[in-house]
Amino acid sequence: MEKLIIEKSNGARAVVFNGAKTPETFLDKKYLRKNSPKLPELSELDIVRHFTNLSRLNFCLDTHFYPLGSCTMKYNPKSYDVLCSLENFTSIHPLTPADYTQGTLEIIYNFEKLLKEITGLNAWTLQPAAGAHGEFTGALIARAYHAKDKNRTEIIVPDTAHGTNPATAAMCGFKVVNIKSNARGRVDLEELKKVLGPKTAMVMLTLPNTAGLFEYDILEISKLVHAAGALLYMDGANLNALIGLVKPADMGVDIMHINLHKTFAAPHGGGGPGAGGVGVREELKDLLPLGRVSFDGKKYSLEIKNKKSIGQVKSFWGNVAIIIRAYAYLRQFDGKTLGEIAKNAVLNANYIRVKLKDYFPAFFDEVCMHECVFTTPKDMPSLKALYVAKRLLDLGFHAPTIYFPLIVPQALMVEPTETESKQTLDAFTRAMKQIFEEAKKDISILEHAPHKTEIGVIDEVLAAREPNLKW
Amino acid sequence: MFNGSSKENQGQMLGEIGITSVEELFKDIPSSLKTAKFNLPNALDEQSLTKHIKELASKNKPLLNFAGAGIYEHFIPAVVNAISSRGEFLTAYTPYQAQASQGTLQAIYEYQSSICALMDMEVSNASHYDGATALAEAVYSACQIKGLSNVLISAGLNPQYKQVLKTYFKGTREIKFTEVSLNNGTLDLEDLKTKLQTPRAAFVLATPNFFGCLEEASKISQIVHNANALLISVVNPISLGILETPGFYDSDFAVAEGQCLGNAMSFGGPGLGIFTCKKQYVRYMPGRLCGITKDDKGNRCFVLTLQAREQHIRRERAASNICSNQALCALNALIYLSLLGPKGVKEVASLNLEKAHNLAKEISKIDGFSIKYQKPFFNEFVINCPIPAKQVISKLAKKGILAGYDLGQVDKDLKNCLLICVTETKTEADIEKFVSCLRGI
Repeated sequence: MEKLIIEKSNGARAVVFNGAKTPETFLDKKYLRKNSPKLPELSELDIVRHFTNLSRLNFCLDTHFYPLGSCTMKYNPKSYDVLCSLENFTSIHPLTPADYTQGTLEIIYNFEKLLKEITGLNAWTLQPAAGAHGEFTGALIARAYHAKDKNRTEIIVPDTAHGTNPATAAMCGFKVVNIKSNARGRVDLEELKKVLGPKTAMVMLTLPNTAGLFEYDILEISKLVHAAGALLYMDGANLNALIGLVKPADMGVDIMHINLHKTFAAPHGGGGPGAGGVGVREELKDLLPLGRVSFDGKKYSLEIKNKKSIGQVKSFWGNVAIIIRAYAYLRQFDGKTLGEIAKNAVLNANYIRVKLKDYFPAFFDEVCMHECVFTTPKDMPSLKALYVAKRLLDLGFHAPTIYFPLIVPQALMVEPTETESKQTLDAFTRAMKQIFEEAKKDISILEHAPHKTEIGVIDEVLAAREPNLKW
Repeated sequence: MFNGSSKENQGQMLGEIGITSVEELFKDIPSSLKTAKFNLPNALDEQSLTKHIKELASKNKPLLNFAGAGIYEHFIPAVVNAISSRGEFLTAYTPYQAQASQGTLQAIYEYQSSICALMDMEVSNASHYDGATALAEAVYSACQIKGLSNVLISAGLNPQYKQVLKTYFKGTREIKFTEVSLNNGTLDLEDLKTKLQTPRAAFVLATPNFFGCLEEASKISQIVHNANALLISVVNPISLGILETPGFYDSDFAVAEGQCLGNAMSFGGPGLGIFTCKKQYVRYMPGRLCGITKDDKGNRCFVLTLQAREQHIRRERAASNICSNQALCALNALIYLSLLGPKGVKEVASLNLEKAHNLAKEISKIDGFSIKYQKPFFNEFVINCPIPAKQVISKLAKKGILAGYDLGQVDKDLKNCLLICVTETKTEADIEKFVSCLRGI
């Protein structure tokens, strides 16, 4: 445990700016701050030490296997850290005339071209700051597309979708229509047909879905959606299962978002920044946010005038530093090797599925895609997913995503990604087997896990009942 | 690239699964979809990739920067990137597993605390995408609290923020925006009072406003609260080293673009959405919050809290769909504020103030140029030019200078007006160079 930085404050200084006149020289006192902000006062060394020590309390991809389902925790190549930090990228003000930002604009333009080839969707915006922000952009595009048909007020969301999907639809003023999946965790066509109709603006599918399964009826689904005059949205957060093998446009997808911090290897940064590009079919192109990059054969420029556009979804043109990383990643593959990403991600997930089948059964007992949702054994009702997760921390692994998707009881959602080795997966499955055996022998060791981390079982109720959110 | 296993190991894994080819794992995908061809350029190895990206970088030509308008150039101490580029921070995910994420969680708590200290506000969330989207979420929260759907905004709000508000709410949750006009660069308080005669959920104040002018925030706050509306303030965090704080003038919500706190300009992204509010509104606040609690041994620890507001629990009833935020940028801001401390934030803000005033003085001496608004300002101000600002910008760019923001883009009547920003990064020589180039126009 580390003290708070403010508790270490000792009046020393770190960064100093010399030579400023007092503000009263230029401004009337009534505009000036009366108090001094309660910020730490420490030497540079003590600050470096504080944050270095904090960093050591984290599990991260560079130190641990991190099989967090739905998050695609794949290796973040170090060369991209260096490349996206080149001063000519970082020191550019967004209002710099295009003649002086050709390098950045060329990357955005060419990245869009690559995305077009990978997905078959004709036009892209890279403005959204995250996957959920991309969904929001997509739902606004759907709204604009149906502008003349005021009856299309509903968005259909299967129960296997990401939680952001229904939240997004609601944020855009749509009524959310939830549908239950079938016994095999896929969209139930009969359920879909019941709710699909003249009120449907869009159907949002997470593909593969959050149960780690491919919607084998996808072609039938898209036919039904289009016949009803609605749009088909693909939440592409799980694109890692399909990249280089299938083009979403071929499945009938009209709008999709991708998470550059998942499939395209940008680091998660403890929760962001990410980036969420949105791609659309040709006929929806003009609705994309302002600020797309065009090329006249000589020069790249930003398009900031288009009356049909939904407008801007954030200031300026996107999380450029993340886009540069994602572009660099794609340039390391060609048409043949690109599919290796998905193949190896799916192979790794299925390997874990098979290795664990006698201990933790996959909830849907069939081949999975890039991730597999396990559950606790039926004959061990006292074994909770939470215990497994916390015990894994003791054994040197980050936990899977737990209690998600909501349709699976005691869900443990494992996504290994292609960048993990057989040896790591073997160590992980051995740890899971150990937990299974511990549970059979004496569940109490699991109930009180973790034991080896600095912090034990956390009182979350106390945190919510008496919120202490700042010093 | 980047596969974890050797071909031989992959073969063994196939054997364990009981299949001979990985293709068998894709049998759910209709075969008609599996014929796709991917026409990509040749794959680059790390060495060629490095060369390629460096060549692209060299096509950017950074200019001596006098533009602000939402993104600001400030000095970034080396410690900031040295710490935030550590894999332990960079390659961790959202801290859902508290025991595996105490480093990130404590950093979020310290970020929330530092931001509250700087802004004098009671609660800060763990960050939002950028200032504009943070404002959109604050506006929505205010409407929920008041049960109203019309909001007043200052005409001096950043035009990009106005645009984002329009995108977020036009035709979706139907919030109606009405502008309060400016009079010679600052809010027309009579217009504000008149427009507050109709019940409004909130007033969005920007100070400094887009034209750089400081508003009389305390007076405005009183007017807004007397009319029973909420005050949402949009501020420049660097300016709070010396300027009166949104907490002092009783803002209900205060939001800001936090890029200026230790984050590079990076062509405008990623930014850092600072989102703060009064404690009584915390349950209307979107985004992640980190709080202090105890573990079973009685040790102090940190955990994401009040998650019942969030999408992964509430789905369509969530306050917002936000999931990823700008955690690493927030970490940069925390390290930056820690390095500067209370004295450093005052010093850097004072330097901005002084250098901007020095440049304004010099420009006002040039024939044909003048300062547009005779109002107090921080580090940005508007000048009248003898020719359209657009031409000034393109002429100075040829001399290696980014002269500022062409206000003709927002108002044709302001086509000869240039919005200029000066930060601590500009030396006397830089300022002289700028002045002499303007003189040469």
